[in-house]
Amino acid sequence: MAVKNYILVCGGTACESSKATEIFNSLKEEAEAQGVIDDVQIVKTGCFGFCEKGPIVKILPEEAFYVEVVPEDAKEIISESIVKGRMVERLLYVDDTQEQKDEFDVEDIKFYQKQVRIVLRNCGFIDPEKIDEYIAREGYAALEKVLFDMKPDDVINELKESGLRGRGGAGFPTWMKWNFTKGADNDQKYIVCNADEGDPGAYMDRSTLEGDPHSVLEAMAIAGYAVGADTGVIYIRAEYPLAIERLEIAIKQARDYGLLGKDILGSGFDFDFEIRLGAGAFVCGEETALLRSIEGNRGMPTPKPPFPAVEGLWGKPTVINNVETWANIPMIILKGGEWFRGIGTERSSGTKVFALTGKINNSGLVEVPMGTTLREIVYDIGGGIKDDKAFKAVQTGGPSGGVLTKDFLDTPIDFDQLTAVGSMMGSGGMIVMDEDDCIVDVAKFYQEFCVEESCGKCAPCRIGTRKLYDILNKISKGKGTHQDLENMKTIGTAMKKAALCGLGQTAPNPILSSLKFFEDEYLEHVDDKICKAGKCKDLVRFEIDADKCIGCTVCARKCPVGCISGERKHPHVIDQDQCVKCGECYAACKFGAITKS
Amino acid sequence: MSCADCGNIAKEAREIVAEVGSEPEKVIPLLQEIQNRHGYLSQELVEAVAEEIKLPVSRLYGVATFYSQFRFEPIGKNLIKVCKGTACHVAGAEKVYSIISEKLGIEEGETTDDQLFTLESVACLGCCSLAPVVMINDSIYGKLNPAKMGKILKEYADGK
Repeated sequence: MAVKNYILVCGGTACESSKATEIFNSLKEEAEAQGVIDDVQIVKTGCFGFCEKGPIVKILPEEAFYVEVVPEDAKEIISESIVKGRMVERLLYVDDTQEQKDEFDVEDIKFYQKQVRIVLRNCGFIDPEKIDEYIAREGYAALEKVLFDMKPDDVINELKESGLRGRGGAGFPTWMKWNFTKGADNDQKYIVCNADEGDPGAYMDRSTLEGDPHSVLEAMAIAGYAVGADTGVIYIRAEYPLAIERLEIAIKQARDYGLLGKDILGSGFDFDFEIRLGAGAFVCGEETALLRSIEGNRGMPTPKPPFPAVEGLWGKPTVINNVETWANIPMIILKGGEWFRGIGTERSSGTKVFALTGKINNSGLVEVPMGTTLREIVYDIGGGIKDDKAFKAVQTGGPSGGVLTKDFLDTPIDFDQLTAVGSMMGSGGMIVMDEDDCIVDVAKFYQEFCVEESCGKCAPCRIGTRKLYDILNKISKGKGTHQDLENMKTIGTAMKKAALCGLGQTAPNPILSSLKFFEDEYLEHVDDKICKAGKCKDLVRFEIDADKCIGCTVCARKCPVGCISGERKHPHVIDQDQCVKCGECYAACKFGAITKS
Repeated sequence: MSCADCGNIAKEAREIVAEVGSEPEKVIPLLQEIQNRHGYLSQELVEAVAEEIKLPVSRLYGVATFYSQFRFEPIGKNLIKVCKGTACHVAGAEKVYSIISEKLGIEEGETTDDQLFTLESVACLGCCSLAPVVMINDSIYGKLNPAKMGKILKEYADGK
């Protein structure tokens, strides 16, 4: 019997953490129990992107979009959606534009409306563990096209025409990298995929690999043909077990189909893969450090030139791009560079995937054309700030980037615009902050990260990050001076000029940009010794107003360290020595009796 | 360590090298395999593997100490990884961490005396929509607050 319905269960990391596998298994059991197992195909896909509402289950062809599903819903989903052909209304996603549930269409969900999916084209549509599903969506057609209809130069010209720039952060034109390697005279060349996504708060590459591993393999093989390389190496974080497993399955299936290995599709072109697991070092996202790590060494960067394109892995010419860059390439080959250039802005073509997180209603993975404004991302796609709080800033580029304030809400986001305002594209982390976030605290957070991740090879980064952190720490304790603020600018500027690699050169960015846009907040910490957001613990004190406290005991029960005491119906007291300043009591008190100062 | 173990250690080192490879470029995969098997890098096994692949032990330790994945002490029964990624940070990861540290009396990288818990922090677990997040063994707990975290710890302490 032919399959009538498809049930797609999101198998992205966030949904997986919320029992997606149990849901998947329960759906199968229920379909079996209700006798419809032959009518329905149940698929675990890659990330749908709408992580906020996960776990997500989608029914095709009806396009029912079920959110926050739990394993116990399986029975009803099968009996209603599959057996009776109706929708389970209570699970349908509704946003404020859709009053009538029966007019539902996934395309209408605001979260998806402004998105254009090129990189994530297959995520949430196919079973990433089945090569046939990738092939059914034009998979490996681009490889076939280059092998039989294009010369290596044609491939590079198509890429040049597309204007694709590296998505790892720096935005270097991809075709130039390829062209350098192609032009290098050497019998052995390598193609490397940088999947060492280490930016905290970013998971675009992980989701791409988990949801559509073949797109990266296909792209790397295309590069191999274009530059004359026969080996691809994927360097991926060991912390991404699901992505690693799916890549391994994908490589095996592609070999079995003759799409990888010797004499691909009878063309005479050979290409195969190796997977290397990173071991947890942010600096290995820097390409020279990554190559040293693959070679089995401490992942310390080396000066450029020589560039990896000419002298890379094992000293051989090497093309190295990140996951998102690779995932664009099959589509560019199939639809043409001109098509790609038509999306985005003049100097930044195509789309960008962002991991939208923080104080935002719809956190998740979003892919938008370059040139989309921050306002569209935060308010239209992201659904605005949580709990109707005030927007404060967005940090792009993680520890290498900077803050964008509300003045930049209408700035089109592309590589050059972000650099012009003192931030950077980075790999795509986008953290939204609200009025409760302290800018000094966030800068300190990033600097602490950089101190830990600095490899220590060059003094500007090793010493600079530490000095910057110490100063921020002092400021967060109310002991900073005006001179400290000046010193941070001096140190930061020196690091930008003198550090060996991108890590050290960009590490001061969060501080320099926040100093520029939130100088007042730094001055409050320095002059007035206050942290209005209440994040800098040493500057915060929680107290109970005896006049307002009715002795309900809620705060005492909520206090995780048991430092609030008092009799029932009598005012309570906080033991200041024991208090960990977690603010749980402040959030729990319904009578406004707890003050934060 | 009795010397009856020495033979076993040498045997295991040979097994690991046979499985992973003996080229200098395999140093990281070799260390990863040791840690996969034992949860940490035991000095005896690292030395035995170094001997097997004819590289100085210092080379292996030089690499191992560079990467945050590697541990040099055995871990407790339950491994707690507190995510300190940016999304978790702004959502209050520090408070969650403090409560665990306070309740168990251990800091980053330490194990409780009863060998029940080891506490680590990690840069990002990649499920930011659930922030703040903690991973205990293979289970992920999201949207935490100090009170919720306290309850979860108690469940594990009670023998979950």
